[in-house]
Amino acid sequence: MSELIWIFISALLVNNFTLSLFLGLCPFLGVTQRVQTAFRLGLANIFVMLITALASYALNTWVLVHAPYLRLISFIIVIASAVQFVEMAIKKLSPELFKALGIFLPLITTNCAILGLALFSTSKGYNFVEGIIYALGAGGGVTLALVLLAGIREETKVLNIPKIIQGTALNLIIAGIVSMAFMGFAGLFGGH
Amino acid sequence: MMQTEEQNTSQAMQELVKGIWKENPVFVAVLGMCPSLAVTNTAVNALAMGLATTFVLLFSSILVSLLRKTIPKQVRITSYIVIIATFVTVIDFTLAAFFPDIHKALGAFIALIVVNCLILGRQESFASKNNVRLSIMDAVGMSLGFTFALLCIGIVREVLGSGSLFGLSLFGPHFEPWIVMILPPGGFFVLGFLLLYFNWLTERRKKYH
Repeated sequence: MSELIWIFISALLVNNFTLSLFLGLCPFLGVTQRVQTAFRLGLANIFVMLITALASYALNTWVLVHAPYLRLISFIIVIASAVQFVEMAIKKLSPELFKALGIFLPLITTNCAILGLALFSTSKGYNFVEGIIYALGAGGGVTLALVLLAGIREETKVLNIPKIIQGTALNLIIAGIVSMAFMGFAGLFGGH
Repeated sequence: MMQTEEQNTSQAMQELVKGIWKENPVFVAVLGMCPSLAVTNTAVNALAMGLATTFVLLFSSILVSLLRKTIPKQVRITSYIVIIATFVTVIDFTLAAFFPDIHKALGAFIALIVVNCLILGRQESFASKNNVRLSIMDAVGMSLGFTFALLCIGIVREVLGSGSLFGLSLFGPHFEPWIVMILPPGGFFVLGFLLLYFNWLTERRKKYH
């Protein structure tokens, strides 16, 4: 049990996908104008990650033992189909969210966090339950990072910021500071 | 006839040059962020990543451009991804066989070239609409720009973070390295400040012209 909690906390905070592994930076810099949108994109991310974790476990157990060179191709096809499915679901359930997420919804396919999750959880040799917990932690971590940055960016809108700093440069510097704060979690649980 | 030939050449040159500076994938378009921050803690890693991406982008562009009339519109993205994934698998296994050290240093980020938005973006916006010759020029230009950007970040991070360049010590034993530069926050800071510098350059140029 404690092993599972450690996997979760590690993926959520210590090895946060966005802030310490640099995975999923495009939506991190692109869709973080508003907290609400960022949070919902985070949820969509978690959902796709869960499906990917299930699928990558199945592929890894039954297919890739026979053909390891198909690893990347099979993972990416599974992810692309999962994203297609989520896209259809969101379009049906909440057209306004669909509009707010725009291009970044189909771009989850090329979000490195998702493929990274599949690659890391298979290379770490996680079993089925561990894989699911890892996906939840990683997805939660991505959501946390998205919401944090969106919160700070909402605040910066009312500030008087010199024109040359505005935009991506400012976001990156804020992200650097948040990432520095997350380094503090490295000492958690005696720094394993 | 001569004139069209000349026009062709100049257009090709334009496609080549635009990627390096005016439409630099990292500094201007802000694409391919993940590898440009994750593996740029030393200049050697940055260069290796740039070259691996160059290989994948070049060959994917050639293949997509050749197949641009064959691939149905509805499944184009999936087709591009499969083509890209194939070339990434090739480079992944090649590096593992011939350069195990580099392969180990770059780790999962070689496999993650598949999801580099720069590569898919070039297939969608250029290679699928242009002939092979222009697509090659575009791919080479973009790759050069990408490698250049990665090298810039890698050099700054290695010089400040470990006091060396391409593994050679620069400042002697009394230099206290800025450890933070080779850690994740350093990546964000260096790219942030480089973008700031380029913004400043652009603003200044506007002012004087």
